[in-house]
Amino acid sequence: MTKNPAKKEQFVKLVLVAFALSSLLFLFLIFIFILFEGLPLFHKVGLKNIIVGSKWAPTKGFFGIYPMIVSSFLVTFGALVIGAPMGLSCAIYLSEYSGKKMKMFLKPALELLAGIPSVVYGFLGVIYIVPLIRNYIGGSGFSLLATSIILGIMILPTIISISFDSLMSVPKTYREGSFAMGATKWQTIYKVVIPAARSGILASFILGMGRAIGETMAVIMIAGNALRIPTSILDPLRTLTGNIALELAYATGDHRLGLFSTGVVLLVIIMILNYVANFGIKRKM
Amino acid sequence: MRINPRFTNKFVQLGLNFQAFFTVGILVIIVAIICFKGFPYVNFEFIFAYPEDMGRLGGIFPSIAGTILLALLSILLATPLGVGTAIFLTEYTKESVFTKIIRFGVESLAGIPSILYGLFGFIFFVIKLKMGWSLLAGVLTITIMILPTIIRTSEEAIKAVPRNLRIVSYSLSATKWETVTKVVLPSAIPGILTGIMLSVGRAVGETAAVIFTMGSSLRLPTSLMDSGRTMAVHFYILAREGISMEKAYGTALVLVVSILLINVVAYYLMNKAISKYS
Amino acid sequence: MVRRFGIIAVAIATLLISCSGKPADRTKKDKHTITIAGSTSVMPFTEKLAEHFMIDNRKFVIDVQGGGSTAGIQACLNNTVSIGMSSRELKEEEKMLNTIIICYDGITIVVNPKNPLKALTLQQASKIFSGEITNWDQLGWINRKIDAVTREEGSGTRGSFEELVMKGNEIDDGIMVQDSNGSVKEVVATDPYAIGYISLGLADQRVRPLTINGVIPSIRSIKAGRYKIVRPFIYVTNGELDADGRKFVNFVLSKDGQNILKKEGLVGFYD
Repeated sequence: MTKNPAKKEQFVKLVLVAFALSSLLFLFLIFIFILFEGLPLFHKVGLKNIIVGSKWAPTKGFFGIYPMIVSSFLVTFGALVIGAPMGLSCAIYLSEYSGKKMKMFLKPALELLAGIPSVVYGFLGVIYIVPLIRNYIGGSGFSLLATSIILGIMILPTIISISFDSLMSVPKTYREGSFAMGATKWQTIYKVVIPAARSGILASFILGMGRAIGETMAVIMIAGNALRIPTSILDPLRTLTGNIALELAYATGDHRLGLFSTGVVLLVIIMILNYVANFGIKRKM
Repeated sequence: MRINPRFTNKFVQLGLNFQAFFTVGILVIIVAIICFKGFPYVNFEFIFAYPEDMGRLGGIFPSIAGTILLALLSILLATPLGVGTAIFLTEYTKESVFTKIIRFGVESLAGIPSILYGLFGFIFFVIKLKMGWSLLAGVLTITIMILPTIIRTSEEAIKAVPRNLRIVSYSLSATKWETVTKVVLPSAIPGILTGIMLSVGRAVGETAAVIFTMGSSLRLPTSLMDSGRTMAVHFYILAREGISMEKAYGTALVLVVSILLINVVAYYLMNKAISKYS
Repeated sequence: MVRRFGIIAVAIATLLISCSGKPADRTKKDKHTITIAGSTSVMPFTEKLAEHFMIDNRKFVIDVQGGGSTAGIQACLNNTVSIGMSSRELKEEEKMLNTIIICYDGITIVVNPKNPLKALTLQQASKIFSGEITNWDQLGWINRKIDAVTREEGSGTRGSFEELVMKGNEIDDGIMVQDSNGSVKEVVATDPYAIGYISLGLADQRVRPLTINGVIPSIRSIKAGRYKIVRPFIYVTNGELDADGRKFVNFVLSKDGQNILKKEGLVGFYD
């Protein structure tokens, strides 16, 4: 190369800065375009009528998504009730109890759960969990309960891997100190390790929530998608994501804008959750 | 009454043991169901034949080809962008407000659910840029979606390269870029490949973002502007519309097995990367 | 190491070019492409017609997409597709498009084969979906909640159902929603207590059509004008179709094409 190396360095740096800025550009574009399509309707119909309106009939001029906001939080809460204890206990087992060999096998195996596509989860939910609920518990089976179970399983990898990392980052000396005081292993974990890793564990739950609230395909397959707020765990329900995916293909005009408004609300919720998880709760890496 | 702490200890250990294997059991059960139900329908013809009668008969070749095209093209676009960003963040700058903003952007992108990528791709690429439902729109949307994964894993991989390797290179009067391309990147390749493989897995398994950007036309996309159907979308349509449970299970088997293989390769590479410097 | 990475990159690139570039060049010469999009109710039948059409016309590629009646009409207005498919009549503002009725389709109300119910009146059907009748014992079966399934807002099938069955009553919010004929059918086929409505052409032995006001939904009863829940399947075009599109539409309206539709349970123009 005859080129001036200093010039080349300059050029390389410029290109790399451009690459790094591309992520920001994409984020910006996503925000702009979803807001651009979604906000006009807030202006036209009124924020209140969308956020707390309880009737969704976009072809007739009703754009209330309150039931879907509530439903999204209900399934997310349900998923957490199922996924959080399971995930946390797996993480504790992995970090505190399992041997090195076991860890080498278990951790990737658990993370493979994250690789299984959400449509497969949804499909298995429809084939196995929905009939089980219909036959033994009641209702049509397409329900809050079924959705919570499937989402609970789907958020396991998120909860396990982040909780595991934060448990592992608790210094060995903490544990040794506790053992020296005569505490049993469980007392040590319960009283020393978990409190020390608290913020990371909390972050894993919140990121799990983010995953659950954003899940779409599995949810529209098993949630039943009814427009009313469920009154029992056996009632069907429709989430924000489900609303978008069910109707986007058919929608035009204000109806489509309504779906983008749904997207705006979802985006805001997700951004808050991510912000809280990543920055509000300092993550030790 | 106080329960003996030693008893609690034993009890908890047993419970946690059970819990961990129960969770792995879920994975085993899912894979087993898909394998047993799908195995009878997967054969040479199923993989290489074209579907007939909306997928009720024949094979799934166009959807396999569509999946490979989508994943490869997205990776081809996202890898330079992602690795470049990671190099910039680790080698070319110090921690500052600027890097913080970029990291915030990457974290935020990572947290956005796929349906919102679908919504964005649909309005921006499909409608505003008039690409229609096309391979191109799908590829661009997926590229943005997998970018954070590649950036984060590449950054980890590059950070893990020992400092003294760089110092040696600089002391031989190599420029920064020479050091990066000849010393740092080669050492970081297993880690970077892990990120790439994980992203391929994500692209292959994605449905929500693909169905609204690439469409669901059941034929082989022969140009970037053609619509196509990935395996995940094909499986979704077969299963949800009840077109054919047999073909659905068969497609699920091919889909799940390829994703698991991709992930296993990724973890193998990751272990290789970790063991290299520890 | 870097070189190896380079080789991999070159290999991938070659693969891509061979995958995406070549076929496009080859087929560009004398490829006739017809793009069709729209109603998911019409799509399966169009796909079938296209499969048959392409057997005799090997140089044609017909690209059939779903998306829904409204999306199909819009796409046709924007000239993104040459033919739009609709399962509902056009609205006022869409009337500038040319319409070609390709056949008629009955909407049938279906239950699970385990359900002993055989007949409904139009009024009962309307009451089930408006949430007035919620239990099967109100229809003379067991005491069990009715799991009614409807289509999503914007669907052509739902539009026709609202017009022909609900007649101004609103579909209740507590009712389950699925986004295609196929998925409604899947729910009804697997849940013994479900009831839903689907395109007559898609009803098979896994679900049981109910008689409405004593009339069995069938091609014959529709032709005789006795079964009333019927809507047209329409192709829409923006202005005159090009020669390629016309060739396909002519095939659809020919005796061969209509026979294919008839075999699928739709009501065509020949006997």
